[in-house]
Amino acid sequence: MSSAAARPAAEGRIAIVIALTVIANTCGNLLLSVGMKRVGEISNWAPGALALTLLRTFTVGTIWLGIAALVIFFVMYLMLLSWADYSYVQPASAAGYALVPLTAFTIFGEPVSLARWAGVLLITIGVGLVGRTPARTTELRTA
Amino acid sequence: MRTVLCLTILVIAGTFGDLLLTRTMKSVGEVKSVHPRRVMREVMSAFRLPSMWAALALQALAFFSFLALLSWADVSLVVPASALSYAVGAIGAKYFLRETLSPIRWVGVLLISCGVAFVLAG
Repeated sequence: MSSAAARPAAEGRIAIVIALTVIANTCGNLLLSVGMKRVGEISNWAPGALALTLLRTFTVGTIWLGIAALVIFFVMYLMLLSWADYSYVQPASAAGYALVPLTAFTIFGEPVSLARWAGVLLITIGVGLVGRTPARTTELRTA
Repeated sequence: MRTVLCLTILVIAGTFGDLLLTRTMKSVGEVKSVHPRRVMREVMSAFRLPSMWAALALQALAFFSFLALLSWADVSLVVPASALSYAVGAIGAKYFLRETLSPIRWVGVLLISCGVAFVLAG
């Protein structure tokens, strides 16, 4: 056992892995979305047709890339939960919700509604506040 | 009524699944290396614990509630409502995981909760 609060060096590592987690999760969801568009809309809900669609899904390379990104996300998420408080990791990971409209606006030039900009602002302030608190408030246990 | 029930299951099962994942990882111990093979070995050791499987079962229950909700309720209601999980997660972290939530963290969580609802509804 060691001290209750996370060390400053560990906090830097936690911030980097949170950023990587957000990126991996966003990439995974985008890749799955692109992959499912290639598979096509599911219109026949009969069990046999659904099974065929499922098989076709796994022949699309983008789906596999999406699954790989989500597996990487999950492993990094578990690492984070072993290092930091849940009440730190969960809100800090919400930065992804702010990144999507920002990326859509700056890179793709998509219009973003006033409500979304208000949401981006609230998330940014909230993540900033959570980031100012210690990453870990429970006792540290080494594997 | 069924919408409220499924939303409750979505938020409670999803959040409690995450809280159980956290408790499992805390009991396994801190992942010390960032070397992929060692990380995988330490993470895989968590799968030996029943709490890990209970956490995954709760996540699956939340996912199926989400799918069921989407089949009859408006996306514009369901998705922003899932932002409630941030507030429920903070309460669970305090009472289930015994984490210390300072006033600054509470304010941050509430702002994020509102912000996520705005982004998803907007």
